[in-house]
Amino acid sequence: MEFLTEFPSLGRSDLSAIRRAVDGAFREFTRTWGETIEAFFNPLLRFLVWFEDVLLATPWPLIIIILCALAWAGSRSWKITLGTAICFVVIGIFGMWEDTMSTLAIISVATLLCIVVGIPVGVLMARYDRAQSIITPILDVMQTIPSFVYLIPVVMLLGIGKVPGLLAVCIYALPPIVRLTNLGIRLVDKQVMEAAEAFGASYKEKLFGVQIPLALPNIFAGVNQTIMMALSMVVIASMIGVQGLGVPVLRAISNQYLALGLMNGLAIVALAIIFDRVSQTYGKRLQAYRESGHD
Amino acid sequence: MTDDIKISIRNLYKIFGNNPAKAMEKVREGMSKDDLLDQTGHVLGLNDISLDMRDRKIQVVMGLSGSGKSTLIRHLNRLIDPTAGEVIVDGEDVLAMDDTRLRDLRRFKMSMVFQKFALLPHRTVVENAVYGLLIQGIKEDEASKRARHWLDRVGLTGYEDYYPGQLSGGMQQRVGLARALATDADILLMDEAFSALDPLIRMDMQGILLELQEELHKTIVFITHDLDEALRLGDNIAILRDGALIQTGDGQDIVLHPADDYIADFTREINRAKVVRLRALQKPLNGAVPAGDPLADSMVLEDALEAIAGAEGHIVPVKDASGKVTGQVHLADAVAAMHA
Repeated sequence: MEFLTEFPSLGRSDLSAIRRAVDGAFREFTRTWGETIEAFFNPLLRFLVWFEDVLLATPWPLIIIILCALAWAGSRSWKITLGTAICFVVIGIFGMWEDTMSTLAIISVATLLCIVVGIPVGVLMARYDRAQSIITPILDVMQTIPSFVYLIPVVMLLGIGKVPGLLAVCIYALPPIVRLTNLGIRLVDKQVMEAAEAFGASYKEKLFGVQIPLALPNIFAGVNQTIMMALSMVVIASMIGVQGLGVPVLRAISNQYLALGLMNGLAIVALAIIFDRVSQTYGKRLQAYRESGHD
Repeated sequence: MTDDIKISIRNLYKIFGNNPAKAMEKVREGMSKDDLLDQTGHVLGLNDISLDMRDRKIQVVMGLSGSGKSTLIRHLNRLIDPTAGEVIVDGEDVLAMDDTRLRDLRRFKMSMVFQKFALLPHRTVVENAVYGLLIQGIKEDEASKRARHWLDRVGLTGYEDYYPGQLSGGMQQRVGLARALATDADILLMDEAFSALDPLIRMDMQGILLELQEELHKTIVFITHDLDEALRLGDNIAILRDGALIQTGDGQDIVLHPADDYIADFTREINRAKVVRLRALQKPLNGAVPAGDPLADSMVLEDALEAIAGAEGHIVPVKDASGKVTGQVHLADAVAAMHA
């Protein structure tokens, strides 16, 4: 009867041996490869630091003007542009300007990195069913595994700092753009693809002339999701040394500072809403040709 | 094979399923389409099709949905690969072509018009019309010039900068036609090109196609499920049913001598006066030529009827293409032919 009530698990000593073996192996890996990997990510670190410095060194009115110009370019909406200006002025007044700039820097770089990596991976998945069946479960893991779990190896490998934070953000934020690129390309009208084929288009001509342009609204929805998910990682990233709005939030949690937490939290929300509205209206404008007239 | 055969299809089979090669053996052993589906789960899409298509003529392939006609046309530019058989275009075996050769065939020798237009929705009318030319590697200026010429020919001047979504179906298909014509390919494949259009617009497009053909003399393969359309456009008509070819001939052959009841059913509702030509009705002259101007033997009954009824003794002389009087047509025969 004991067999049924007690799960026949491995003994305590076996389990700890396994854990020790895995930990030891990874530590060994870190010792051998840590510096190489760090060197590999060095350009990224320098770019991130440089970008953050630029944002902080630029006079704040100029930053607000540039952000409003970007909002206008993306959305062509006075409401959204004005909203952007007001949000950043309020953020500045409440003394969160520098943290906001740091957050802006890491979000921008993370998004850029996700686009550069994610779109080609999505294209690959759309082209080969094989690639899709291999990559989809990996994306599932990336999206569902608790962030704290992959923070451990990242920190063991790269220590505390901006780059591990950036990687943690990217691991979490990459899946939507990959998925939506793949989906967008697969949803392109089969008949249009057949027409391109019938006119003798090569794979490249089909990809850049037909598939990507027609998938663009979906790809853009992916970019939007990626930005949103990157923002939601700000607090967790601050646990491993990323500067920004997450740091005061973390301090507020440990000290029960309600007002501090709320203010910085709302600043993150404001950034999220601005990014979301601008990128969504831009995405909608991309498919203006679909709305005109009848179909 | 004579010289004026442009496209030649020989013993073409297409089987859809997991293991077409194995199913093919069964078909060669004489298994029927229904048995094949029941016993192996394979669909016999095309069953031993052999068809010659003449140069500079309109070959219509007609059949109801599921007859395999759209599958057949996609074998000509190998959008679909056959299970067995040959497709020969200008003496060259399409199935033996490597990727580069095949791409060149699609770029330079054949262009295609689709039932649902298949235009690029994110590109304007003129950007759609240049598509084939840009793929041929022609410079943008030159391509745009040629595309505009063809847009003008199909009556779309002034719509160059619209998006396809802003145009009606008929106009979208004109863009499709201009896109196909612009590549200057000898062969035009038209897959139910006008089937999605309203009857009046369809007539209109048929008119445009015939007008262009009079001047361009392309080899056109036209797929349709509509016998009226087939008769109006086709220099030659092939009828498919359940993946097999059941009759080929010109419109008059098919109307006057349907190969079986299936085709006879089709032809029953047809206005024969529009199909039957005087050539089929003429009787020998018996020495004396009737009074009046001779009518061309290619004239359809509908156009000739008034002249015949007004002629002296209700009888008219008929001349062939060279102008030589070859026979005569009596009103009684003409009227009888319309009811047969």
